[in-house]
Amino acid sequence: MTTDPSPTADILDTLVARFPGLETSAYRGQTRVVVGEPASFEVLSFLAAAGFDLLVDVTCVDYLEYRGATRRYGLVYLLASTATPRRLTVRVFVDDPEPAVRSVVGVWRSADWLEREVWDMFGIRFVGHPDLRRLMMPEQFTAHPLRKDYPLQGRGERHNFPVLTREDG
Amino acid sequence: MSIAPDHDTRVRPAATREEDYLWTLNFGPQHPATHTTLRLVLKLEGERVVDAMPEMGYLHSGFEKIGEHLTFNQYVTVTDRMNYISPMANNVAWHHAVETLLGIDLTPRCKVIRTIVAELARISDHLLCNGAVGLDTGAFTFFLYGFYQREVIYDIFETLCGARFTNSYTRVGGVSHDFTPLVIEKIRTFLRTFPKTLNDMERLLTRNRIFVDRTKGVGVLTKEQAINGGATGPVARASGVTRDLRKDEPYLAYADYDFQICCAAAGDCYARYLVRMQEMRESLKILSQAIENIPAGEVNVGADQRVARPTKEQVYSTIEGTISHFELSMSNRSFEVPYEESYAAIEAPNGELGFYVVGDGDDTAYRARCRPPSVLHFSLFPQLIRGHTLSDVVAVLGSLNIIAAELDR
Repeated sequence: MTTDPSPTADILDTLVARFPGLETSAYRGQTRVVVGEPASFEVLSFLAAAGFDLLVDVTCVDYLEYRGATRRYGLVYLLASTATPRRLTVRVFVDDPEPAVRSVVGVWRSADWLEREVWDMFGIRFVGHPDLRRLMMPEQFTAHPLRKDYPLQGRGERHNFPVLTREDG
Repeated sequence: MSIAPDHDTRVRPAATREEDYLWTLNFGPQHPATHTTLRLVLKLEGERVVDAMPEMGYLHSGFEKIGEHLTFNQYVTVTDRMNYISPMANNVAWHHAVETLLGIDLTPRCKVIRTIVAELARISDHLLCNGAVGLDTGAFTFFLYGFYQREVIYDIFETLCGARFTNSYTRVGGVSHDFTPLVIEKIRTFLRTFPKTLNDMERLLTRNRIFVDRTKGVGVLTKEQAINGGATGPVARASGVTRDLRKDEPYLAYADYDFQICCAAAGDCYARYLVRMQEMRESLKILSQAIENIPAGEVNVGADQRVARPTKEQVYSTIEGTISHFELSMSNRSFEVPYEESYAAIEAPNGELGFYVVGDGDDTAYRARCRPPSVLHFSLFPQLIRGHTLSDVVAVLGSLNIIAAELDR
């Protein structure tokens, strides 16, 4: 069972004192902080300076069909520290029609490809990202496949891609 | 670019731009030295790499989308196909994440069994990764020595669960097959014979002049770059990051064993090779402690938790077993999943392999995010290769152990 070996309480206290109004919760020993989109960059860079030097993952959940959800996209920043084994999850919620959040590539380089993947799969724009291209899907692809309104079997995009033959290759 | 050696300025007209001397090479997606389907666009000046543009997605199969449509037990077959060099580790990682979400505490026997298969997976992964580095730098015998031992591990897995390659071994709350005396005997034999091969492999390559020249000082990743770039596992440890989830956040039975974290300071391809070689020895230490101390008792969690299928005997002789079997078999009644989300990771052979699982009441994940170590390692590639020669591309690529199936998912 994963438990938080070194409680993040001291960091949380400083964080809440610095940015009032943050919601914190815990589940299975994992501490989570919900940050409003305007303050996300400040909070994340504050945490990076406070010792969370490793950005483990940036991902997103589309809460379109989720029970009781009020906001559509929930970004997940999984932070860890290499000096002490502690972790923190930062959640940032954004909504349609123009979901966007400030990029953290300047803070952690690892955010580069992780944010590109979220843009590719969920269509969330990372403002200030140096090279926000699709990471996995081809450039011609127009949809964002991990959104909940995108069907499992796709929309037939694959059949409409130009075929490169041996002759014109 | 100041990387290139000094040019004879007499033959270069002053007006030409630097780019005129550069040429572009497409490396992959189908190339024997990429090992898997990934692509590099290299910008070269003569033989020297000025820049590299890695591209991925050629093997994208929508694993995370499939994860939203398969049950927790079905999805384990998909995790086999992520890092197919060590599928057992992926199985363990996936169900570790699911069990964290559900709050299931495994039986002591299951914890030890999972630890053993995860460590066997680590050895087989490191054997292939180091073998491939050797192969790419011209040491073919070394690769065959490693691959023979991988076959032995495949045989163990075949005896254990019937599958050699795509094991799908774990289940929510347990495993698909308990250890038999034959499996234990085969692992003991492996533990006896493998150190000799490992010594032979070290003698073949560790002080081999050609290999050392090809890898030492090549693709140096500093500690700061490693942390900032999100490197984990042997890649980070070869750069001096002392982070190993087996020690830092002990999961399964790792807290009970005596082993060390293997680190190096140099951060080059040679250091990554050394770290992997040493980690195999540490894995052997864990295995020899674990295999002699497998707790007795049930391997799967009890019928009261209603996640693992009860045995036939329980189904026919106890009411709890009958009810549990019925509930798990009916498609409209499955185990209870909270409307919650959690992240859990294990120290996979390649680095931190974690799953962020969101539950929504039924036994299919609402979201099954896989945190693949390969993506972050591949994104480090351009800064590692800049300034090195074209032939170093394969050495650096091999030492990062990038598995495209895990990269693209």
